[in-house]
Amino acid sequence: METMVELRGVTKRFGAFTAVDSVDLQIRQGEFMTFLGPSGCGKTTLLRLISGFETATAGRVLIGGRDVTDVPPYKRDVNQVFQSYAIFPHLNVADNVAFGLRMRNVPAAERAKRVGEALELVSLQGLEKRRPHELSGGQRQRVALARAIVCRPQVLLLDEPLSALDAKLRHSMQFELKNLQRQLGITFIFVTHDQEEALIMSDRIAVINKGRIEQLGDATQIYHAPATAFTADFIGEANLLKSQVVYRNGILARVRLTEGVELAVKKETLQDSTSQALLSVRPEKIYITKTKPAKENAFKGTIEEEVFRGAMDELRIRIGGTPAANGSHTGLSLMAMVPNESSHERSWHKGDTVYCTIHTDDIVVVEQKA
Amino acid sequence: MALVNALFGTWSALVMVFFYAPIVFLVVFSFNDSKLNVVWEKFTLRWYAELWNSTPLVNGLKASLIVASITTVLAIILGTGAAWLLHRYRFRAARPISTMAYLPMVVPEVIMGISLLVFFKSIDVSLGFPTVVIAHTTFCFPFVMAAVQARLAGLDPALEEAALDLGATPFEAFWHVIVPYLMPAIVSGALMAFALSLDELIVTFFVKSAGSQTLPVVIFGMAKKGINPMVNALSTLFILFTVLLLLLSEWVKKARA
Repeated sequence: METMVELRGVTKRFGAFTAVDSVDLQIRQGEFMTFLGPSGCGKTTLLRLISGFETATAGRVLIGGRDVTDVPPYKRDVNQVFQSYAIFPHLNVADNVAFGLRMRNVPAAERAKRVGEALELVSLQGLEKRRPHELSGGQRQRVALARAIVCRPQVLLLDEPLSALDAKLRHSMQFELKNLQRQLGITFIFVTHDQEEALIMSDRIAVINKGRIEQLGDATQIYHAPATAFTADFIGEANLLKSQVVYRNGILARVRLTEGVELAVKKETLQDSTSQALLSVRPEKIYITKTKPAKENAFKGTIEEEVFRGAMDELRIRIGGTPAANGSHTGLSLMAMVPNESSHERSWHKGDTVYCTIHTDDIVVVEQKA
Repeated sequence: MALVNALFGTWSALVMVFFYAPIVFLVVFSFNDSKLNVVWEKFTLRWYAELWNSTPLVNGLKASLIVASITTVLAIILGTGAAWLLHRYRFRAARPISTMAYLPMVVPEVIMGISLLVFFKSIDVSLGFPTVVIAHTTFCFPFVMAAVQARLAGLDPALEEAALDLGATPFEAFWHVIVPYLMPAIVSGALMAFALSLDELIVTFFVKSAGSQTLPVVIFGMAKKGINPMVNALSTLFILFTVLLLLLSEWVKKARA
């Protein structure tokens, strides 16, 4: 597929602070790409380097094959939806949407036609004459969207556009945005700190941390095969377990998590020289039973904490170790998610003895060293 | 509680009387059919009629309106431009410049007048309308600048970026987005500047010529020979006009905020 946006060794420094650190990235035509990371990780700066509001300290930015590194924002064929929406307060809905066309000297008749089409795409027909202060947050968001797509840009940039909406509206907008992107076939670059949003909408996700791309991949890769501890911890929830390699044979290796707790992992996930590894296990991949299963990687533990979380129950399970005098424990604490089986009878109680089973397929090695 | 309210009420009433009693007297006596300003005779409108036949007063009014109009236009351009540049382009000298710009608001008028006179003389500029307009602009534009700066403090920086993003050049973004956003502040600052220029006396006194006497200068000259009831009538009209300007300024602020 054709490359639409290309970053070549792009670096942006503000004084001594490096916001974006030699990033290389190719974004394809028609792709929904998400920059995901915590606040201050550089994802917004990366977006602003593409929109042209920041100029790269080093490296090149290409849009549609053209080097735009030093091109000002008003000469770039990209449009942005701002986090604050930035609706022009003195213009009504139709004039807000028409602004970009007016700046490009599109004749009035065509302007009216295209504004009508854009408003229809975001379901705002009939609100043409409304002033911005008469609109709800969701409607403003749609105006911002219509205003950005009316110019038919090659790339649409979205800077956390859903963060100001309530949870229900946000969720329906996520699907609407995704549909709009399919319908228009425009490349979308979406910035968010919300991992769920990223997983739902994106074709590919670039996980960003400290100005660098930590991992690039589609939603399932990012979720099920996190490449680093940061990704495992930031996307979804993860048990990050330190371990020491104690034994290897044909296909399996054994690692020790803590005194008396050993886990079998696939040998191929470890390098030959590895002696220490950091493992990631998703909480919903820990199977809880009341009787001892006849399987490998099953550990006896005690439920320390049980939290009702709606669709799921969250359990904190202590494995191995002994209670210390000061109330803390040695041993290992695991977080598990179990379905809520019944509304009137809870299956799991604090203090219960349970067995936790971890399948070797669900263990991801995120860091290892000799 | 009732006692406290009564005390505060009385206090407020006294303050209002103190502020507005002289103005009420002036307005009442502008309708008094007597050459003297002390005894009430009977109601008349004759001073208002005579006003229009007094050449010095009519000329003074014309001069004042011309000066105030040009001053206001210059104050808008300088005040808005200065506020925007100081807001948009951060540089080391921005703060000192911002503070310096307010200096003409607080420097005593006599000193402003003398320094301007000395300045004009030293660069060999003859006094007249231009010097009066320049003088008025120096102390009027900070009012526009202050109003605009206050509004800029609440400006979402993304507004300008959105305009640039949609293809507007930096000037187009300023003209089509920032100026409309600033309009309430510009209008209220401009009305303030207009009102200030209109009733300025002391600075004008130093930099005027015989042919460029504004209305306050003319009235001051007449008052030296005793207060003519015509001056009362004129002052009443003046007060009415200024109040209208103020109300307009408030209305603009509310309507566009």
